[in-house]
Amino acid sequence: MTAPLLKVTDLKKAYGAIQAVDGVSFEVMPGEIFGVIGPNGSGKTTLFNSILGQISPNAGAIELHGKTITGLSPLELSRRGVGRTFQTLQVFGKMTVRDNLIVAAQEHQGSMLGRLFAPPDSGLGAKADALIDQFRIRHVAHSLAGTLSYGQQKLVDIAMAFMAEPDLVLLDEPCAGVNPSLVGGISTLLKNLNRHPKFGKKASFVVIEHNMDFVMDLCHRIMVMVEGRVLAIGTPAEIRGNKAVLDAYLGN
Amino acid sequence: MTTPPDEPTAPPPQGGASSGPAKPVPRLHLNKTISVLTAVMGALLFLVAPQFLKNYGIYLLTYWLVFIIATMGLNLTIGYAGQKSLGHAAFFGIGAYTVAILMKAGFSFWLGLPAAALICFAVGLVLGFPALRVQAIYLAFATLGFNTAIWLVMRNEEWLTGGTFGINNIARPSLFGLSLDGNLAYYYFVLAVALATSALLWGLLRSPWGKAFTALRDNPIRAESLGIDIRNYTLLSFAIGAAYAGVAGGLFASLVQFIEPAPFAVSASIMMYLMVVVGGAGYFLGPIVGAAVGVVLPEWLRDVPGVANWYLPMFGAAVVLLMVWLPDGLLSIPDRLRAKREAKKASMARAQAAGKWGAKS
Repeated sequence: MTAPLLKVTDLKKAYGAIQAVDGVSFEVMPGEIFGVIGPNGSGKTTLFNSILGQISPNAGAIELHGKTITGLSPLELSRRGVGRTFQTLQVFGKMTVRDNLIVAAQEHQGSMLGRLFAPPDSGLGAKADALIDQFRIRHVAHSLAGTLSYGQQKLVDIAMAFMAEPDLVLLDEPCAGVNPSLVGGISTLLKNLNRHPKFGKKASFVVIEHNMDFVMDLCHRIMVMVEGRVLAIGTPAEIRGNKAVLDAYLGN
Repeated sequence: MTTPPDEPTAPPPQGGASSGPAKPVPRLHLNKTISVLTAVMGALLFLVAPQFLKNYGIYLLTYWLVFIIATMGLNLTIGYAGQKSLGHAAFFGIGAYTVAILMKAGFSFWLGLPAAALICFAVGLVLGFPALRVQAIYLAFATLGFNTAIWLVMRNEEWLTGGTFGINNIARPSLFGLSLDGNLAYYYFVLAVALATSALLWGLLRSPWGKAFTALRDNPIRAESLGIDIRNYTLLSFAIGAAYAGVAGGLFASLVQFIEPAPFAVSASIMMYLMVVVGGAGYFLGPIVGAAVGVVLPEWLRDVPGVANWYLPMFGAAVVLLMVWLPDGLLSIPDRLRAKREAKKASMARAQAAGKWGAKS
């Protein structure tokens, strides 16, 4: 019996009279890919932002490795091994792809003053190159990230979340706006990162996504949210066969 | 308790990870070579030019260098870290008054100059705090208010600053028994400081700090989610920028030998902001061009016959045109040309591809 990596208990967040997240509880096991699906406005992103310290929940507890992380800042969470991507593209447009990756991990080592005298790539060059190759963006490694196509930027965006060897990565719609051929590529990348960790650590993911084929194929377990509540949690097969889920979401 | 199932089988659709080791892109190196060459040639020009100039010319060159140092700092704050500051002249003034007051109190210039840098660093750190709460235009107004407050202190606290009468007869220092009293000697001293401070900034921007500042500018929320302490870097961008203004102010006091509050008013901050933007915010050599436009050009236009009465409107019109056509500053011209060339190449490639498919009738 392993202990859960992430444990969310009875999380609540209201915006005025609207209960965006209304008593959500779930656990993510080490090495697991956990999907979160639900219609627009069902509270997925609010749930993410609460876990990630962007907003503070009204009630409930969030634990990482059994330690409470409720209300910690995004900075602190990053340092504790929680990586993330955003719903929209968030790369540093005026930096090269390689520098984007390096800056994504440089603050996880050494001291502030030490970094002033560290080499320009903070000794992370080899690691960045490994991810660049894995994500197949070698040909644009020295281009400014802002000049790349949407799909390429999306790959950079995802790669950045893995530079600091996180234990847990929260991905907010990794396939949004990505063309179908790249969706398969992202899926494979995430599976490989999950199963064959590059840097000796097995990362767990929580993935929000609307692309059902992608979610069903990628995730070990899936949580369905409707109106801020958990409708069901189960394996892809269980979710597919769940009548309530079909009625509330998939059936539409 | 659930445990993840083992290894769902999926074929790698894009093949494995094997694109070979990192290959340097030649163009980047060429760019670097060009920048280094430009910098070396520029330095040589600065080294030789004053030999052919009269006193006023040398004075003007020194003035230019002083503003290069000041706006280099502002370029870090605005151009690299993205913090919109309209209070830079206040630090310039604090530096000038620190040196002047300390020298009047009998202390050496060599104590005054580092003190100016340190005090400005500390005050800059404090001014950074509003930037943690507000950004963009609101931050600009907060820093503008700070500048006004400092300016009022300079004007009203006569016991310390001499009020509107200012402080006069500020001496020039001597270095290892060598007097820097002459304009040429002082010029070379200021040039040495300018070179040293640019080398420091170059090193800083190359270090991981430089990347963190750029990340902070491009996307603070993402930066924080990657563990970058945006609080520290925001404060530091103000403090280091302010220290540069402090050093420039100290050099300025000893250059003009008489200071009063006027050159440190909000209008001067706006002018410095303009210099950074005109030269190219976030371009390392931007302040050299920007300060030339802001300091040297108006002086030169004033001396051109027939232009004397028109130089201010002309200067204003030039800035308006520049902002409309080149919002990223003069140094963005090469980048723009390159982007244009690449777009042309891409559309030509597209046209060729279309031709292959028999799209031409």
